[in-house]
Amino acid sequence: MNTIAKYPEIEALLEKVTDPEIPVLSIMDMGVVRAIEKEGDALLIKITPTYSGCPAMDTIAMDIKTALDQAGYTTKVKLILAPAWTTDWITPRGRARLEEYGIAAPLEALADKQALLDGAKVVPCTRCKSTNTKMISQFGSTACKALFQCEECLEPFDYFKCLK
Amino acid sequence: MKEQLYQYLLLLGDNAMILGHRLSELCGHGPSLETDIALTNMSLDLFGQVRNYFQYAAEVKGEMVLDAEKEITEDSIAFTRYPHEYRNTLLVEQPNKDFAFVIARQFFFDAYHLPLLEALMNSKDEQIAAIAHKSIKEVKYHLRFSSEWVKRLGDGTDESHSRMQAAVDYLYPYIGELVQETPIEKEMKELGIGADLSAVRSVFYETVKTVLQEATLNTPQFFGFHDGGKKGVHSEHHGHILSTLQYMQRTYPNMKW
Repeated sequence: MNTIAKYPEIEALLEKVTDPEIPVLSIMDMGVVRAIEKEGDALLIKITPTYSGCPAMDTIAMDIKTALDQAGYTTKVKLILAPAWTTDWITPRGRARLEEYGIAAPLEALADKQALLDGAKVVPCTRCKSTNTKMISQFGSTACKALFQCEECLEPFDYFKCLK
Repeated sequence: MKEQLYQYLLLLGDNAMILGHRLSELCGHGPSLETDIALTNMSLDLFGQVRNYFQYAAEVKGEMVLDAEKEITEDSIAFTRYPHEYRNTLLVEQPNKDFAFVIARQFFFDAYHLPLLEALMNSKDEQIAAIAHKSIKEVKYHLRFSSEWVKRLGDGTDESHSRMQAAVDYLYPYIGELVQETPIEKEMKELGIGADLSAVRSVFYETVKTVLQEATLNTPQFFGFHDGGKKGVHSEHHGHILSTLQYMQRTYPNMKW
């Protein structure tokens, strides 16, 4: 059951909470908010981690609590693991914001495998859109990203790895 | 049953914690920036996984210990146990030598970890199944990384080939313990909670054989294996790990930052 759409006023507040590593992406667009439960002024927000060891989760939980408590609620944040987060949970708007910010959005699983394993040229450069790019490292600046470089404009950029 | 479940969670979590610690020692010491970042990323994944196991273990153990003075938390499990209470295998506590050694240890563990998690995804214990579903997505990337490097080094220059072969030869006697069934694992398997290690074993050895072959490396002919870690009997290295890992919590109990 979608318990998020039931509370648009809470949703609006959560839209303002962003990922500390990727400040253009709200936690709603990232798809980590799984449920909103409300009883009077007491709120229970259920979130799920992107990666098990994502160090941003503690900060995100704290930011959620701060944002909602300031709006007059008493908030509890609970971390849940199932169903596991995948990159499909990122909204279309979230994907567009990632691209604007200079992080290539995750491709579908097959293309991702080609990009990271075969060296196939499928990840477009976030700056000049050329697909003449190469992978520098499967692991990037955070657990969720790989590092790429454009062979045309030489821009190095992050690619948000497909997680399924 | 609760105690056995707790012990089983330690078996699962301790491997991730000790290997995660070994990888974290390489932070800033990797052979290149990219591999340094990759190894510490994998370390972070493993620490995330162990937090999930220990948070659950703390819940399970907490229901058994009623003494309010002895609150069980993920941190108390990680930082205040004695060496013989750790259930990690001997493989993961082996110290970092050269890069080939780090890669060989990682590859052997990943090749076992993936089929283990595949089995645990079907666990009757919902929380273990959820952790497995989450972790497996990360471990696929780990196995991809480590097996690519085994091949690159094995099938590389004479120097990289001989170092990779030396690492494989040295660590091979430790891998049998990964798939050795202890009484706790047997009990958990029979309850439908734990993985059936005989199924894990065949996938594991198949992956090892295939990747070593592709890397032009010899698979050592070794029929016995070193064991003890899962029963709490560790090598000397383990004590040194704990002295670093536990120092802060032993000196300043319950300290936080």
